Amino acid sequence: MSGIIQVKNVSKSYWRDSIETSVLHDISLDIKEGEFTALMGPSGSGKTTLLNLISGIDKPSKGEIIINGADISKLSESALAKWRSTNIGFVFQFYNLIPVLTAFENVELPILLTKLSKAERKQHVETALNIVGLNDRMDHYPKQLSGGQEQRVAIARAIVTDPVILVADEPTGDLDKHSADEILLLMERLNKEFNKTIVMVTHDPHAASKAHVIRHLEKGDLIQETV
Amino acid sequence: MKILKLIFKNTLRHKLRTVLTIFGISIAVIAFGILRTVVTAWYSSVSAASANRLIVRQSVSFIFPLPYSYLEKITQVPGVKDVTFANWFGGTYIDKNNFFARLAVNADNYFDVYKEFVVPKDQLETFKKERNSCVIGSDIAKKYNIKLGDVMTLDGDIYPGRWEFVVRGIYQPKFKSTDAMQMFFHWSYLDETMKKEMPGRAGDVGWYVVLINDPLQSASISDQIDALFKNSSAETKTETEAAFQQGFIQSSSAIITSMNFISFVIIGIIMLVLGNTMIMSARERTREYAVLKTLGFSGKHLAGIILGESLLISILGGGVGLLFTYPIIKGFSQFIPKGIFPVFEIEPITVVLACSSAIIIGIVASLFPIQRALSTKIVDGIRFTG
Repeated sequence: MSGIIQVKNVSKSYWRDSIETSVLHDISLDIKEGEFTALMGPSGSGKTTLLNLISGIDKPSKGEIIINGADISKLSESALAKWRSTNIGFVFQFYNLIPVLTAFENVELPILLTKLSKAERKQHVETALNIVGLNDRMDHYPKQLSGGQEQRVAIARAIVTDPVILVADEPTGDLDKHSADEILLLMERLNKEFNKTIVMVTHDPHAASKAHVIRHLEKGDLIQETV
Repeated sequence: MKILKLIFKNTLRHKLRTVLTIFGISIAVIAFGILRTVVTAWYSSVSAASANRLIVRQSVSFIFPLPYSYLEKITQVPGVKDVTFANWFGGTYIDKNNFFARLAVNADNYFDVYKEFVVPKDQLETFKKERNSCVIGSDIAKKYNIKLGDVMTLDGDIYPGRWEFVVRGIYQPKFKSTDAMQMFFHWSYLDETMKKEMPGRAGDVGWYVVLINDPLQSASISDQIDALFKNSSAETKTETEAAFQQGFIQSSSAIITSMNFISFVIIGIIMLVLGNTMIMSARERTREYAVLKTLGFSGKHLAGIILGESLLISILGGGVGLLFTYPIIKGFSQFIPKGIFPVFEIEPITVVLACSSAIIIGIVASLFPIQRALSTKIVDGIRFTG
């Protein structure tokens, strides 16, 4: 059975000052629906680049990326933006919340683009904040929250559209151990209870240990897969 | 509508910077408003000119007189409805700073030709009967607290001596642009005195004012009048009243052109001020824009957010500036002698220019930040650290 995420012979190069830098070399992998995958590797191994390609915020130089049956490498920028808004939830290392918006408003951002009514949006946001355990902080601004709480708001923002896939780039990288454990627990819960397919980039073996599959990259090559 | 809140909150993100930018735009709009008001006030005499009045003057220069004998010949030109005349008297009323036009006019028909000077019928009749009487504008009466029957004494310079006039009429301006700071008295009174004291200057008329039936005939009537006096010792130059007024303004054209130019330079300055603010804001938010793109916001959405913020600031700045321009112009008008600018107030065209400039500035100032936000790749934006 084919995975929900199929990466087929993907290569990626960047041009900087007319010098081509090859970041990924002929990568192929399958991630099944409901799988929790960790991408590990040293800095510069290409794990974040691979995550960016899977989430449709960057395009491969060669190869195909098929998500849920759709080849996203062939989509236009605007089609890709629309596709991302419904299929992918993003969690960043530095949360990337909008500082002038409350927790509620930050979580509401992705669904502002939908046709949901105000009442429906409110319900979705409250549900998402409830899942991450922050329904009592919805009127707080990011600066009034701890790092762990900010990351939970970011996770609520990622799941508010009920996407099939969650991508997380070092989600615990900026957190203390206690907060990191809370975030990992939350991600495990999202994977188990809500059947979210999760692709997480991490340096942290403890974080990676929560995943079903750990894929190791080195110098742009996929070198090892640990189940 | 859904992103209005985001636009509003973004605008207030750096309150001090936003307030200073709005303040800067307001100051520039006030300066623009004042300069434009001066320019429009300068041209108000031209816009107030009547299309069916021609001015006949000496062809060499306005300062040289024409013979009184021309009156009858001009009156007989086909298409001419009425002819009156006037002399610039000059002189001083109490103090040299008390500037207003003092004209010796043909009392019989001057107010028939200039219907915008509305003199009550009984006052006009009394004026016509008394040779040393005068009619003054309502602004003169108000400014110097002059009532009917009062005597106004002028110290003559072009026409030396002390001249006393009894105020028999106070005219009201018919239109907003009508100058209510003028004084008119009998040309015949002046001429009689000249006959006695300076006979060489008797029978001189400063200029003729020709009322015509059809403004479309102004060119041909002008040609016919000038042809009458060709090769005489006092050739004439006949032109429309608007062209005549324009001729006066021409002497100050360099100043007006400079003011016009500066008023538009100010628009450029506002554009740079706002452009700078918007570029700084957009640069600081490079990562946020990238995040919004990952969440599915399209280029159109981002352009709307940036444009909205830029427009909000420029319109607020423009609005506040305009709001303050009105009392400032009113304050200025108190100190500017009425005789210089009959109308010194903000014209609708100034408001339209200020408003449309604010909108255009808002749009232009957002173009570069929009282009930058749209062209930055998500992956580069997310890595951006400022």
